[in-house]
Amino acid sequence: MTEPLIFEHSRAGRYARAQAPNVRAELDLPPSLLRKSAPNLPEVSELQAVRHYTRLSQLNFSIDTHFYPLGSCTMKYNPRACNKLAMLPGLVDRHPLAPASHSQGFLQCMFELQEMLKSVTGMKAVSLTPMAGAQGELAGVLMIRAYHHARGDHHRNEILVPDAAHGTNPATATMCGMSVVELPTDADGDVDIAALEKAVGPNTAGIMLTNPSTVGVFERKIERIAKIVHAAGGLLYYDGANLNAILGKVRPGDMGFDVIHMNLHKIFARGRGGRGPGSGAVGVGERLKPFMPIPVVAQEEGKYRWLDERDLPQSIGRLSAFMGNAGVLLRAYVYMRMLGHDGMKRVAEFATLNANYLAARLKAAGFQLAYPGRRASHEFIITLKRLARDRGVTAMDVAKALLDYGYHAPTTYFPLLVPECLLIEPTETESKEALDGFIDAMCDIMERAVRDTEQLKGAPYTLPVRRLDDVRAARKLDVAWRPDSAA
Amino acid sequence: MSEVPSDLRYTSDHEWLREEDDGSVVVGITDHAQGALGELVFVEVPETGSDVTQGDACAVVESVKAASDVYAPLNGEILEVNEAIADAPEKVNQDPYGDGWLFRMRPHDAKDLDELLEAEAYQALLDELD
Amino acid sequence: MAFIPHTQGDISEMLAAIGAASINELFDEIPESLRVDDLPGIPEAIGEMEITRLMQARAAQDRGALCFIGAGAYEHHVPAAVWEITTRGEYYSAYTPYQAEASQGTLQLIYEYQSMMASLTGLDVSNASLYDGASAVAEAALMAVRANRRSKSRRILVPRTLSPVYTRVTSAIAGTQGISFERVDFDVATGTTPLAALSEWEGEDITALVIPQPGFLGCLEDVDALTDWAHAHGALVIAVVNPLSLALLRPPGEWGQAGADIACGEGQPLGVPLSSGGPYFGFMTTRMAHVRQMPGRIVGRTEDLDGKPGFTLTLQAREQHIRRSKATSNICTNQGLMVTAATIYMSLLGAEGLARVAAASHANTRQLADALCTVPGVDRAFATPCFHETVLKLDRPVAPVLKGLAEHDILGGFDLSADYPELGHAMLVCATETKTAEDIASYGRALSTVLKQLKVA
Repeated sequence: MTEPLIFEHSRAGRYARAQAPNVRAELDLPPSLLRKSAPNLPEVSELQAVRHYTRLSQLNFSIDTHFYPLGSCTMKYNPRACNKLAMLPGLVDRHPLAPASHSQGFLQCMFELQEMLKSVTGMKAVSLTPMAGAQGELAGVLMIRAYHHARGDHHRNEILVPDAAHGTNPATATMCGMSVVELPTDADGDVDIAALEKAVGPNTAGIMLTNPSTVGVFERKIERIAKIVHAAGGLLYYDGANLNAILGKVRPGDMGFDVIHMNLHKIFARGRGGRGPGSGAVGVGERLKPFMPIPVVAQEEGKYRWLDERDLPQSIGRLSAFMGNAGVLLRAYVYMRMLGHDGMKRVAEFATLNANYLAARLKAAGFQLAYPGRRASHEFIITLKRLARDRGVTAMDVAKALLDYGYHAPTTYFPLLVPECLLIEPTETESKEALDGFIDAMCDIMERAVRDTEQLKGAPYTLPVRRLDDVRAARKLDVAWRPDSAA
Repeated sequence: MSEVPSDLRYTSDHEWLREEDDGSVVVGITDHAQGALGELVFVEVPETGSDVTQGDACAVVESVKAASDVYAPLNGEILEVNEAIADAPEKVNQDPYGDGWLFRMRPHDAKDLDELLEAEAYQALLDELD
Repeated sequence: MAFIPHTQGDISEMLAAIGAASINELFDEIPESLRVDDLPGIPEAIGEMEITRLMQARAAQDRGALCFIGAGAYEHHVPAAVWEITTRGEYYSAYTPYQAEASQGTLQLIYEYQSMMASLTGLDVSNASLYDGASAVAEAALMAVRANRRSKSRRILVPRTLSPVYTRVTSAIAGTQGISFERVDFDVATGTTPLAALSEWEGEDITALVIPQPGFLGCLEDVDALTDWAHAHGALVIAVVNPLSLALLRPPGEWGQAGADIACGEGQPLGVPLSSGGPYFGFMTTRMAHVRQMPGRIVGRTEDLDGKPGFTLTLQAREQHIRRSKATSNICTNQGLMVTAATIYMSLLGAEGLARVAAASHANTRQLADALCTVPGVDRAFATPCFHETVLKLDRPVAPVLKGLAEHDILGGFDLSADYPELGHAMLVCATETKTAEDIASYGRALSTVLKQLKVA
């Protein structure tokens, strides 16, 4: 099944007439400023647009249609109410610069969200403004930098990052003008403490950690790590990518972290929207409070208002034109209220139960776990290096084969330090039946890998397209349709 | 088994160097390096006339799965770059020691070349990797 | 249990398969000293019915005003089909299309979006979007430093007619990387950036010049002269544009002799609701020569094993998940869902519909200014051509006037006095195609009343 480009449905002079003013108003502009030829936008009817984009949607896998065990991405069910209520009139059409007199309903939701996030993370204050996890990271590292600079420690410009970390961690540190010092991971998946002790020093600005880590296990020596880094004068940054695993069980603030970002869009169930929008709210400890990105909501005498540059003069500043991804924050607010404090804990419990069950069953079926001696957190890694060696079947081949069974592939080739790996995260919203179906598919694939290797390596066979030629895509860049490029 | 011509010098970052009669040095990436990167889709070369310092990233080779820096193997000036690989990066895969060369430079001190690995030492380094 | 499907029977079977006695045992690697039992700051769970009542009440508190504020976020009619389709589960609950075969819908849509944005801005290639307009300018500045290899100065000229908040965001995001952002003054008589303001940098090494069109004060800049000046000085041109205005105005790719090098801006006017400031999306387009320096994701058309056309993410090797500390940016997500909405919006409107929306907004703002200037004490600040925003000068401080208007449920505009004190009591107003003649008249009546009352007081 394929669908032509929208441009191929286009005919000159057609458009959705109900959607634009009846006439083109006179312009009071000098001709020299005006466009000479119209842009190449499609000319289609409303039905044609609706049908085209509905058909395109049907070419996608999504949580609403498929199990999506994508490790480190927490692809859980997005309750419909979250979306519907965030789009209520009054919220969806509120101008970001509307005065406080016309914003109390919205501001109250934001204030309460800040308070709930403080409680669930154990941090002292929260700013909701970063627009994605990566921007939350940026805010976090900028705050660490601002903290050291405010103390005159301008030389502290090294950020320690475990080698298993998300790629954004080192990329963010670089963006903040820091240099990156990589830390090795020990055989059990924990940070190598001896290497850490050697790496810290007078130039240490901080360390960026994910806990549970990207290899799907809880960093057991976290208290020791915090002590070592703090003793060296550095701060601890918590990458909240895996927060789902520990909600209501253990809090980053109690582990000794000074700053944390939360991926509200995934942990608190706002749809992923084919990659974005996200929200990367940050939480801070006492020391970093003055440096929080603005604006932040405050409550004064029963009224709510924004705190800005005047209230937080040491702030790292603004990261977006207004206050961040308000719509995502509203969805997170609705979700957290529906879960309540007990529900929060159950998220961690059942995410962990599902992951450990899947890990145990796959191990029993002959799959090799990367860290067999450890409890899985909410995700775990299997390595297919034996299969790759013996049969030439790679993690990518298995990932593609899963698509034919109607399962989205787990995360492949991350973290980089485990060869031929699949990082699997089932989330708490999947039923046992869904997990059992996935296990059956994995076993079937394994059997086919031995019986008919070549056939398996050609997968997928049942999707709108087969494997795509990435080399061609990069060498002969075709990134925009033009009228003259029509076939 | 990747090819390691005996008449070239090498760096531990998988670059090769060939000294020309006029004292200039041609630089490329080794057969092992191109094999490890996979099919190249883009090569960014340094600017002609620019001065480079040993160890600085001065070119980038990019495949669909990785983008790797190529480090200046010596201190010196870039005399010429291989324009042909801009349109045909696959030349680096097909002929890494010939048509797939990256740039030609004039070292500030010709003796620096002697510090680099000889074929045997580079081969030993590759054997260790396997 | 919120959204958890497990029965008691499931739990027992699953624990047996794991070999654990209880769910709590699964957390036994977490040090005892760190565990918490309760989250006192989080209320009891409520059901969908209760949260619906609560959110309806909160939303109702903020409803009902007529909004004439623009200043970077614009109220436009959004066709019903846009969000009906955008919130289909197959778009709403999908993720980054790493598995291209299972994401052809999202990928093809982004390819169509890229095509539309490239054409709208008159440039060759678009990325799949950035967070918002302000952060897009920051990313464009970083990109210009990478792309302009001849310039060694890392100096970027930023006119004061660029949105003040964009300027602040750009410094916050890109300010730690040794880039010097230098302010170019504007002409208080015209509200634009005169060439003379650039004379300070005559003959110097400049990496890039930012050119907003329209400027924050609503006025249209002499983009040709500014572009040519920049190119004559070896600087790249970063155009910051309102995409809706490009249905009418000359696109950045056609500015001056050679055209702008990078275009970026806020995509919200293209079918994205105001929603308190986000999620919106930033867009960015450029020339093919700079494509590898562009941050964010890019979709390309290619072929599958059978030679059938298909779409995939391309040029990924530049990105954070592969290049790590050497990536072009730390950015991962784009604003996928917003791009979905914008693409459907542009398809429904087409070039003609978009031009009509833009022209109606332009004409309404002119009518608004005419109407308000009949009120004594109100005057236009500039005679310069505008797109759909303009500055009005009052004979007294703006803040109390806006407060008075808000009491009449009129959100009257944006107070400029903090950011542009040299303009005196100035405010920025906007009337998009959503405003009727009656809306404009009621603003006029309210303003007249408020000014009279304030005078009495």
